[in-house]
Amino acid sequence: MKYISEFYDKRIAAGLSGAIKKIAPARELNFMDVCGTHTMSIAREGIKDLLPANINLISGPGCPVCVTPDEDIDRVIGISGQKNTTIVTFGDMLKVPGTRSSLEKERGKGADVRIVISPLDALEICAKNSNRKIVFFAVGFETTSPGIAAAVAEAARRKIKNLFVYSSCKLIPPAMEALLKNRKVKIDGFICPGHVSTIIGSSAYEFIPREFGIPCVIAGFEPLDILQSVYMLLKQIREKRKKVEIQYKRCVAEEGNPVARKILSKVFRPSDAVWRGLGKIPRSGLVLRKEYKKFDAGSRAFPPRSISGRDLALPLRRVGRLVAKGAPNNEAKASNPKCRCGDVLCGIITPDKCGMFGGKCTPESPVGPCMVSSEGTCAAAFKYRHTSNVIRRTF
Amino acid sequence: MCLGIPVRIKKIMGEKALAESDGIQKEINLVFVPEAREGDYVLLHAGFAIQVINEEEAMKTLKILREIAEAEK
Repeated sequence: MKYISEFYDKRIAAGLSGAIKKIAPARELNFMDVCGTHTMSIAREGIKDLLPANINLISGPGCPVCVTPDEDIDRVIGISGQKNTTIVTFGDMLKVPGTRSSLEKERGKGADVRIVISPLDALEICAKNSNRKIVFFAVGFETTSPGIAAAVAEAARRKIKNLFVYSSCKLIPPAMEALLKNRKVKIDGFICPGHVSTIIGSSAYEFIPREFGIPCVIAGFEPLDILQSVYMLLKQIREKRKKVEIQYKRCVAEEGNPVARKILSKVFRPSDAVWRGLGKIPRSGLVLRKEYKKFDAGSRAFPPRSISGRDLALPLRRVGRLVAKGAPNNEAKASNPKCRCGDVLCGIITPDKCGMFGGKCTPESPVGPCMVSSEGTCAAAFKYRHTSNVIRRTF
Repeated sequence: MCLGIPVRIKKIMGEKALAESDGIQKEINLVFVPEAREGDYVLLHAGFAIQVINEEEAMKTLKILREIAEAEK
């Protein structure tokens, strides 16, 4: 058992596709994924072509890079210009534009910006550069943030003094709640993120069927996983059941991973956070607890400075004022008025409905974060725009 | 960004382990999966094993998948 190739069987996929067509109702249904890896897999494998035309798979705010607001990127760019400072982050963050620049452009101008694969790599950079301040620009959902927490706890244990974390880490269930409160998007079922769920388990989504009457299925990432999840959602709808079911049982237990959650909550606490496209969502971000404040790049270690004439002293509060509570807005428009990443992130439009998609905005020359990130909804739609009616990979 | 890769644990060394995937060996961190044993498959994300993969559940899922597909014949 390799746990990948077994879930790529074309014959079973064809059978599932037939079973789905049999139980699908005639009305239009929207099933939303909230994970960039699902978005990529659905596009890469041509899953939509195996479904009836009235079953729409739409993508929500599932890419941590894409939902990071301009304000955070501007703020980290500001920090990158300070003396003896190194920015460390995950690769996809480099190209994401803030209001005026990106970390990649700043690196071209001489800023020290480095890419890590694991948060633990940041500790090695700290050890090798004890005369520099190492600022880890941390992004990620519940899958990634326990590792960031473990790295911070390890830095405390090793008495590392030059690590600072700028946390743009976010929590998925509050964003799903915000989307459901926004009546612009009709959602008939959630394809819940499999790897986030390895940590948070299935109970974290229970409020969705209970309070909003929407069925949920926690899905794996191979083609058969996704097809089975769609089948399970349709079965719930047909049988008028509304609950959280787990398709990805080989990796997701009901209780999630309590060990990882314990480390996460030892280091971080929830706080309000701004999401690109969705605005400010209560208790949807993570900030360091006071016991770990000395590692906080948002505190006095890096006093906010004015960049290009803009006062960035209180990014969260300032943006918060612009955003009506619970009502999505399009902050992406701040950078380019024609960019519709905000609408794409909420599932209000598909990428092809944006006037710039594939023309002025391509992966080679991206305008918005959904095209910049390798797992962005626009990048996935562009890369696999010619994919149809086959499961591409065979083993 | 939430990509997780199944890797097989070859050798456990305290909180760390040597794991293998497609012939490539790498060091991974086991702090979140203290129950993991040598020979287990774990899901690797950003240097950390985040869950032990349950073989029995994988077999059950495949069985259900085959049954759904079979019924369509």
